Amino acid sequence: MTNEIAGANDTDFELRLLLDAIFHKYCYDFRSYAGASLKRRITAALSRFGCETVSQLQDRVLREPALFTELLGYLTVQVSDMFRDPSYFKALREQVVPYLSTYPSIKFWVAGCATGEEAYSLAILLAEEGLLERSLIYATDINPDCLRSAEDGVYDLDRFARFSASYLEAGGRASLSDYYSAGYSSAVLDRSLKKAILFSDHSLATDSVFAEVQLISCRNVLIYFERELQDRAVGVLCDSLVRRGFLGLGMKETLRFSSHAPKLTELVAEQRIYQKL
Amino acid sequence: MEPAIEAIAIGGSAGALDALSHILPALPPTFPVPIVLVLHIPPSRPSYLPEVLGSMCALRVKEAEDKEPLVAGTVYTAPPDYHLLVEKQRVLSLSVDDPVLFSRPAIEVLFESAADAFGPHLMGVLLAGGSADGARGLARIKRAGGLALVQAPSSAAVRTMPQAAIDLGIVDHALAPDALGTFLAKLGEQPISLSESSHGTVQNSDRR
Repeated sequence: MTNEIAGANDTDFELRLLLDAIFHKYCYDFRSYAGASLKRRITAALSRFGCETVSQLQDRVLREPALFTELLGYLTVQVSDMFRDPSYFKALREQVVPYLSTYPSIKFWVAGCATGEEAYSLAILLAEEGLLERSLIYATDINPDCLRSAEDGVYDLDRFARFSASYLEAGGRASLSDYYSAGYSSAVLDRSLKKAILFSDHSLATDSVFAEVQLISCRNVLIYFERELQDRAVGVLCDSLVRRGFLGLGMKETLRFSSHAPKLTELVAEQRIYQKL
Repeated sequence: MEPAIEAIAIGGSAGALDALSHILPALPPTFPVPIVLVLHIPPSRPSYLPEVLGSMCALRVKEAEDKEPLVAGTVYTAPPDYHLLVEKQRVLSLSVDDPVLFSRPAIEVLFESAADAFGPHLMGVLLAGGSADGARGLARIKRAGGLALVQAPSSAAVRTMPQAAIDLGIVDHALAPDALGTFLAKLGEQPISLSESSHGTVQNSDRR
């Protein structure tokens, strides 16, 4: 007798086993990630590692920890830009900063920071609003390679034309080039920004409340989760906010379907900025 | 009996909007399956696609939301700068994974995931466009047992996209937009099946 899950095929069973193996051996839990894009990324990993089947990949993942580290780069999404969605940062600057500036010290959390671009964007915004001195930004991710490169704060220089345009569109008061020094082909972000950011490991899938903060930016992270995991993650985010704290989501993410929705109110609906009640 | 179609995935680029203006008006508000649509659109502007398409047909047209369940008689469009995928649970997902063939949303990402979710119950339609995006995805739909349609290149403002699929030898029907509309509309009347017409795939005969 075979299991008749709608449309399931051997690859789907293998994928499930792979995610189980990863969870049991490495304690990374991808079992409730949205399946479609995960499958696409694992398929890309198969050809990278020269595996014919997901079972072959599983075999190697279990026996070669170094390979798992590399596979993490496929399982996690590392796409990030400085001032991605400038209108979001503009809304933070104009409608959230006035609240935040009333706190003597302010804590932020960039959840799912990937390679750090968003955390640095926030630090620049805070510097220009005169808040950086009394701010601490926690930036977390599950991928240690990403965290290391985020900590370095070194990016390809050719990305900065686009970053600069977004920075200005986001209401930047100076020039983005004030915040980095350019080498041959790379840009190194300023030490004063790095000093304000603490990069650290945290999983919205398995860890609990991270810290008590005034603002959380968690953008385009929830879309990679199934509905139940989204709900768990939003619960963790909610519980990590002070009363009247702020939560910023991705432009196409919403709390509409979340059981935690009653705990928050829309502050800037268009930019997906919520405030805890 | 051939499997019934339970969803339609449509992809297109330059020239596709014109084709849709012939296809969608042919469909009744009671259309029995959902339609998921990826058109190549610029990343940074809000999309007026739902309004534009909604005004030309009787179906409900909306921008896809993350983890939204698919509902019959509804057209879901991909938001700018996000990939649109179908999950096995038959809900929609968004992603910001890397662009495919310079496109986000990419047709291939939609077609591949929808083929996975619906298997033989999916109809894929590739419209006019100037890129090769979508051809491999349409092949995936075909391989999963689904039905592969393209806009006849001779009727397309830009023919690269449907021609790329025909060149793979996986297309069941290549039809002009009006005929595509009629073909889809038949879904509203009776279960559609592969055996309705000749089984062979469209060859390169449509080439100039």
